[in-house]
Amino acid sequence: MREVMVISMMKKCAKSNLTALLHALSVYAPLYLPVNGNGKDTRAKYTRYEDGMVYSTDLNTVRSAKDFFFPQTENLVNFKVEGKNIEIIDPRTEEEDFILFGVRACDFKSFDVLDRVFLSEPVDSYYASRRAHGIIFTMACTRPAETCFCTTFGINPAEPAGDVSCYMTEADLYLDAKTERGEAILAKLEDLLTDTDSTDIKTVEDQKTCIASRMEKLPLAALSTEKFGGDKLDTLFDDPRWESLSEACLACGTCTYVCPTCQCYDIKDFNTGHGVCRFRYWDSCMYSEFTKMSAGQPRLTQMQRFRQRFMHKLVYYPANNDGLFSCVGCGRCLASCPISMNIVKVMKTFSEEVSDNGSK
Amino acid sequence: MQTITRDILLEKAASLLASGTVNRVLGWKKGEFIYDVTPAVFTNAEDMYRHFTFDCFCGANFSKYLIKETQKEGKVLVFLKPCDSYSFNQLLTEHRFDREKVYAVGIPCDGMMDASTVKALAPEGLTGAERNGDALILHTLYDGDVTVSYADHLPDRCKHCKSKKVVAYDEMLGENGEVTDAGRFDEVAALEAMTEDERFAFWQNELSRCIRCNACRDVCPACTCEKCVFDNPGSGVENKAISDRFEEKLFHVIRAFHVAGRCTDCGECSRVCPQNIPLHLLNRKFIYDIDRNYGDYMAGAEEGSRAPLVNYQIADPEAGEVVSGAGGDKV
Amino acid sequence: MQVNENNEFRPKIVAFCCNWCSYAGADLAGNNRLAYPADIKIIRVPCSCRVNPMFILRAFQRGADGVILCGCHPGDCHYTSGNYYTRRRMAMLFSMLNYLGIEKERTRVEWVSAAEGAKFAATMQDFAEKVKALGPNKRLEDLRCKQ
Repeated sequence: MREVMVISMMKKCAKSNLTALLHALSVYAPLYLPVNGNGKDTRAKYTRYEDGMVYSTDLNTVRSAKDFFFPQTENLVNFKVEGKNIEIIDPRTEEEDFILFGVRACDFKSFDVLDRVFLSEPVDSYYASRRAHGIIFTMACTRPAETCFCTTFGINPAEPAGDVSCYMTEADLYLDAKTERGEAILAKLEDLLTDTDSTDIKTVEDQKTCIASRMEKLPLAALSTEKFGGDKLDTLFDDPRWESLSEACLACGTCTYVCPTCQCYDIKDFNTGHGVCRFRYWDSCMYSEFTKMSAGQPRLTQMQRFRQRFMHKLVYYPANNDGLFSCVGCGRCLASCPISMNIVKVMKTFSEEVSDNGSK
Repeated sequence: MQTITRDILLEKAASLLASGTVNRVLGWKKGEFIYDVTPAVFTNAEDMYRHFTFDCFCGANFSKYLIKETQKEGKVLVFLKPCDSYSFNQLLTEHRFDREKVYAVGIPCDGMMDASTVKALAPEGLTGAERNGDALILHTLYDGDVTVSYADHLPDRCKHCKSKKVVAYDEMLGENGEVTDAGRFDEVAALEAMTEDERFAFWQNELSRCIRCNACRDVCPACTCEKCVFDNPGSGVENKAISDRFEEKLFHVIRAFHVAGRCTDCGECSRVCPQNIPLHLLNRKFIYDIDRNYGDYMAGAEEGSRAPLVNYQIADPEAGEVVSGAGGDKV
Repeated sequence: MQVNENNEFRPKIVAFCCNWCSYAGADLAGNNRLAYPADIKIIRVPCSCRVNPMFILRAFQRGADGVILCGCHPGDCHYTSGNYYTRRRMAMLFSMLNYLGIEKERTRVEWVSAAEGAKFAATMQDFAEKVKALGPNKRLEDLRCKQ
């Protein structure tokens, strides 16, 4: 999705008016924003806004924002059988504009990674339609976590882009339109916004400086992609260290399902008893029956499946996409892997010189 | 009571490796942060000195790994916490691995932290943690040091610990504990006391978060089928799709039922769930029902015991009596 | 779920009946011209013990509003002990379903012998009424099957 970049004045909204602002946005279009859960899990998840909800300032949602463009389960087509007639039904309804509020820089970058897969020929019309209708308000990360390493992939959490970039301070929310679409929506919110002056601009600039210095202090700040890239297939593929790295892997799909850039799916027919629902759903390269064909699954061992995931992110994808890595450093897999094996450990292992006995 | 430290385990492992009793060690490998400990197999003491760790974040249950490990040459050393030892016995009961190829060292446990629990206490910028008695001191980037009570913030499975007794070992380090049963059915009972509508709302809210990642199944020491029915395209239920209401319930009910009577209540399912669904409450419901209707039974408490669902008594209560006796609609 | 001309809810009920006792009991009810609701769809199984929990859940998925399982009286199983296992399994499963908030009247286990045609008819009558009173199964439905 490329849009004309615009330069316009940053706007400001007092935090006391945030509820009114969210309400106004939800009137403009369905609004989705991170809200803390009310069950056993109180972490933030994207929820459709209803009056009374409170925007969660949690650093990131448990599931990524890719759900909005590439949902976990999606009905592609229905077949209705009546007697000898089969009716083919397109279940899609007219897509309406929707607003995603509070997307972090890493998640926003993940849309770029997904775009290159779904919007290259042949264009995935399901994805493209959602993408065209999504208006994205991003939020700068003032308190990056120890698991964050987006800067490794050249992402700047202080410049999160999107249609409107937001900066939250103690007292105010600053909104900086980045596209014409963003500008148009801010124009509709005029009553709630005020113009910014040089003091405000300094406040935001200070926040950006603060974010940059915080990023430098994070434990993963020095993580490097030096050993990876589209041309590293030969050096990495047969490395013996894959064996020990994948040793404890349980073969669950947690990492792939919380990942904002994992994009593998499978398509299946569900027999409803009086017809067929053809749907697609996220698949995971960690599963034993992933890409299973009549001749079986091409990757026979968990080591091979494990290697596939990281090679895809760090080698295969950049080879096909001008060197762009398909990891955005959001850190979700670091926090949720049952055995705490993750892309950072893989990258660090391969960044070490082949040591000792060549295995560990 | 002797506190088990990394050094004690290291020394034990090194001596067993040196004497040739075992040729590898199943242990914990330290990670990037305090909480991301990975199970790993060590083949020499040198590697262990560099990477082995043992602290209050070593909660992973090792017993299931023994199925894979015992297929290799030689004997493997495994450290068993009380929970792990129940799973160990249960797997032996089901003939899932060769006991001769394992050297088990029992270690006491007073509850283990896990990543999601500790991250809930300091979600942003947790750089380290130390434990000092009941004080857990968390070092954070933005809020300085945060001190909390260790016991109060343990995950549910440890707060309501079933047993501190290691039930299977070749050698015990430190002092063995007792079966505790610290109110582990309280939450189940609280749910049973709700109305059907409330229970439905509770589980709908919890289970609707499921993303079908299968982590609960893959970590479960009772889930050891060579080919799971949910992975078998020929079964008709192999379905990785989530669908509001049905699929998640089918999966979780069938999984819980399949391990009913064999579940050792180690709580790994809840620990690994990326969506923090309290899955152990499903398993504990089965254990509670079994205890009340067919007599107390703890899977894995002894090797070779017969699981209640492959057993019967002529005087067993009827299904209707069980359902209404156990939290039928109380309204 | 079906709705007839009078807009009256007619439940869909699946009855798993063991071949040796309950299915014969249903036959006897028929021979004796004993009426029971047409909402009951019988599935014959070799033994009540053949019924896997998955069968029950799948019946609900495909639109059943209630599921009843009938077998020989305890002690009379053609295979000696099949129904004893059934009793434990279904007690556990139905208790779990109730724990998840599924109405307990939607599930039942009943022992019906080959000589109990009248009991079969009466049981089905009663079960169908209870399920009908509950209304359509909304808590264990698969929305895709309702399209």
